[in-house]
Amino acid sequence: MLPNSPVFPPVSSTLASKVDLLFFFTVGVSVLFSVLIVSTIVAFLVKYRRRHAAETGQEITGNTLILELTWSVIPLGLVMISFFWGAAIFFESARPPADAWSFYVYGKQWMWKVEHPEGKREINEFHVPVNQAVKLTMTSEDVIHNFSVPAFRLKMDVLPGRYTTAWFKATKTGTYHIFCDQYCGVDHSKMVGKIHVMEPQDYRKWLVGGAAAGGTVASGGELFVAKACNTCHRPDSSARAPVLDGLFGKPVALVDGRTVLADESYLRESILSPATKVVQGYQPIMPTFRDQISEEEIVQLIRYIKELKPAGAAAAPAAAAPAAGGKS
Amino acid sequence: MTATSSHAVSGDTGETNYLNATHGIGSWLLTRDHKRIGILYLLGISVFFVLGGLMAVLIRAELATPQGDLFSSDVYNRLFTMHGILMIFFFLIPSIPAVLGNFLLPIMIGAKDLAFPRLNLASWYLYMAGGALTFVSLLTGGIDTGWTFYTPMSTNFAQGQVIVTAVGIFIAGFSSILTGLNFIVTIHRMRAPGLTWFRLPLFVWAHYATSIIQVLGTPVIAITILLVGAERLFHIGVFDPKYGGDPVLFQHLFWFYSHPAVYIMILPSMGVMSELITAFSRKRVFGYHFIAFSSLFIAVIGFLVWGHHMYISGQSVVAGAIFSFLTMLVAIPSAVKVFNWTATLYKGSISLQTPMLYALGFIGVFLIGGLTGVMLGTLGIDMHVHDTYFIVAHFHYVMVGSAIMGYLGGLHFWWPKITGRMYNEFWSKISALVIFIGFNTTFFPQFILGYLGMPRRYHMYPAEFQTWNVLSSAGATILGFGYLLPVIYLLWSLKFGEKAPANPWGAKGLEWETTSPPPVLNFATPPVVTEEAYAYETSVPAKEVTVGV
Repeated sequence: MLPNSPVFPPVSSTLASKVDLLFFFTVGVSVLFSVLIVSTIVAFLVKYRRRHAAETGQEITGNTLILELTWSVIPLGLVMISFFWGAAIFFESARPPADAWSFYVYGKQWMWKVEHPEGKREINEFHVPVNQAVKLTMTSEDVIHNFSVPAFRLKMDVLPGRYTTAWFKATKTGTYHIFCDQYCGVDHSKMVGKIHVMEPQDYRKWLVGGAAAGGTVASGGELFVAKACNTCHRPDSSARAPVLDGLFGKPVALVDGRTVLADESYLRESILSPATKVVQGYQPIMPTFRDQISEEEIVQLIRYIKELKPAGAAAAPAAAAPAAGGKS
Repeated sequence: MTATSSHAVSGDTGETNYLNATHGIGSWLLTRDHKRIGILYLLGISVFFVLGGLMAVLIRAELATPQGDLFSSDVYNRLFTMHGILMIFFFLIPSIPAVLGNFLLPIMIGAKDLAFPRLNLASWYLYMAGGALTFVSLLTGGIDTGWTFYTPMSTNFAQGQVIVTAVGIFIAGFSSILTGLNFIVTIHRMRAPGLTWFRLPLFVWAHYATSIIQVLGTPVIAITILLVGAERLFHIGVFDPKYGGDPVLFQHLFWFYSHPAVYIMILPSMGVMSELITAFSRKRVFGYHFIAFSSLFIAVIGFLVWGHHMYISGQSVVAGAIFSFLTMLVAIPSAVKVFNWTATLYKGSISLQTPMLYALGFIGVFLIGGLTGVMLGTLGIDMHVHDTYFIVAHFHYVMVGSAIMGYLGGLHFWWPKITGRMYNEFWSKISALVIFIGFNTTFFPQFILGYLGMPRRYHMYPAEFQTWNVLSSAGATILGFGYLLPVIYLLWSLKFGEKAPANPWGAKGLEWETTSPPPVLNFATPPVVTEEAYAYETSVPAKEVTVGV
């Protein structure tokens, strides 16, 4: 059963209780202000009610500037507390911890596809271990969606053409709603799923046991060969293109003098739009793979590239060996 | 009828006024009289309000149960899209400025008309043409983009009459721009002798601030709509990531107008508030300069906060923080207004007639709408409630509740002036009460739904959310009856209402110094202003002014 309380959502992530505390603070201040203003108004309505038809108000004299400044500065102070407090939580929500496990999320009209770090895939269901930070790298295959888990106070737009990220650490086992919160067409309200927070041992059991869904996608190693990446991007490929071993997470110097971080977004862009950020010392000779590769295949390639260890450290993952006949 | 004896100046005694000066449908459709054009707008927005309201009824009926049982999802999506488009572009934005502003602004400043009477009539025709096109799109199936037209939904995926609707909104936008321009020029150039800037009624200040937004903001939405149309027809790629475009760019352009548009809806309502509270407490407004400048401050800062609609859109975290900071600043002038209105009641002579009830209702809904706005401006809270019913509740409180309380309060306040008739006091008080109760019952439960996580624009929802949805739908029923009452007794008053005196409320302001309804040229003799605005207190001495500019 979904945990359902009629008045308050489940509090099931490290961030949830922080968001709630700030929310209660703002509600408290708001109620206090409202009660003060409304009771003042009611008191005035009674005390200064019109007693006879021709009566007019009495003029107020004296310096009112102090009063005006007071009731400007006090609200300013209060909203600034709200601002800084809210920004602190927001910044925390934008920075996944270093030990977070990497999951990939694909939104499409009208379903959620999730890919686990081990490669297992599911649709509209999402199993995660409790007390483990989980980082989501998300993209959309069509319109803008929004991945939302109210129990985690988590919400992030999922855009076509780029990656957005989010993270959470679930604190309570159970089953919670996943909603699409960005209106995305006819069956927007059916783009829902369930997230199952499990004990770590249950998660491991599920990982090896439970049936996978979402179809099969060629592994990154297979794609690296099938798309002929290996003809230029291997140490033995006559230096036409940068070697990708150990690249992920490192700064890259570009021909235009800029330096960028080799993260998921950079790798994705370099596959789809290779001429945009050319590495120093190389020519823009790589063809674009736009329309020739799906978002899910791009992620497989990125995951493969992430695993490529620097030369001499270790051999490339076993998957690098071409499995079946290439489909160039 | 509470016409005070001391102010029972006889109004309509058979002399010529703007209503009976000429006759025939042609005399209305070709009129250049700002008062008649105001009435034409009143008819126009009433039609669109009824249409938009019917859609709201259907939406709330569907949401009374978790499953989709009245409509298909596609029809539901078209309903809420059209509800939003009609209510925002064809009711809320023109409501107070184009009806009450049109009618009152020249009279309040002692002018015979707006600066450009023909342009004013042209604006109405633009508005009606835009509305007609949108209505055609509705009749031919409507659209399912949401009123926000987010790309690439609207450009590459949506079905339906996107282009027709977009052109309708585009045309209506020019009505808004030209009305704003007309108001700005009129306020600058046509004030009566002695009517200095700081003697202007705050209603005029609010419309001045609103006009600035209309003139500067509306062209941006016009350009954005053109880009959406071009993208949809020719796939130029501005918003399409496939061609290197950016769908988030659309959101920046859209909210650059559509956030300030919220202030187009609320600022005029605040202007009405200042008139109502002073009139029904017979007292000079407290903090005149602070209220006047807070309107301008809201208009300016309002242009710098659009990114708070996009904290979780993929815009940078730093941008989010800057927009959040600027959003917080908007809270201050809003709070200052509420405090000053409250202080105006102090030592007043307060009468709870119908317009004042609406004014108090405004403060109630604006408090809730404004304070929840601070919560939404707070990054750490928005990331949970964004795109949920919390947002739906918040913006209905601010731009619907507050705007309609101001609009209806103003309509009841100036109805005797506009029509020359008094309406039924008992039923009008009942209506104010029923609308307040209905509104809060409809929308307050949606805050709870939103914090629980119910997403907006959901045709179907998990069963656990049903209780609050049923309550909301019940409230909508009450609200519907509340809106029906004024239609009945106001129309009734046209035929059977008592004749209104020139100044039924004993209020200050030039509009109360002319007959009800006013003559074609507004005043028998051009007025000269010798006192401050709202000089109710007998002790306020009229300052010496040099007459003549």
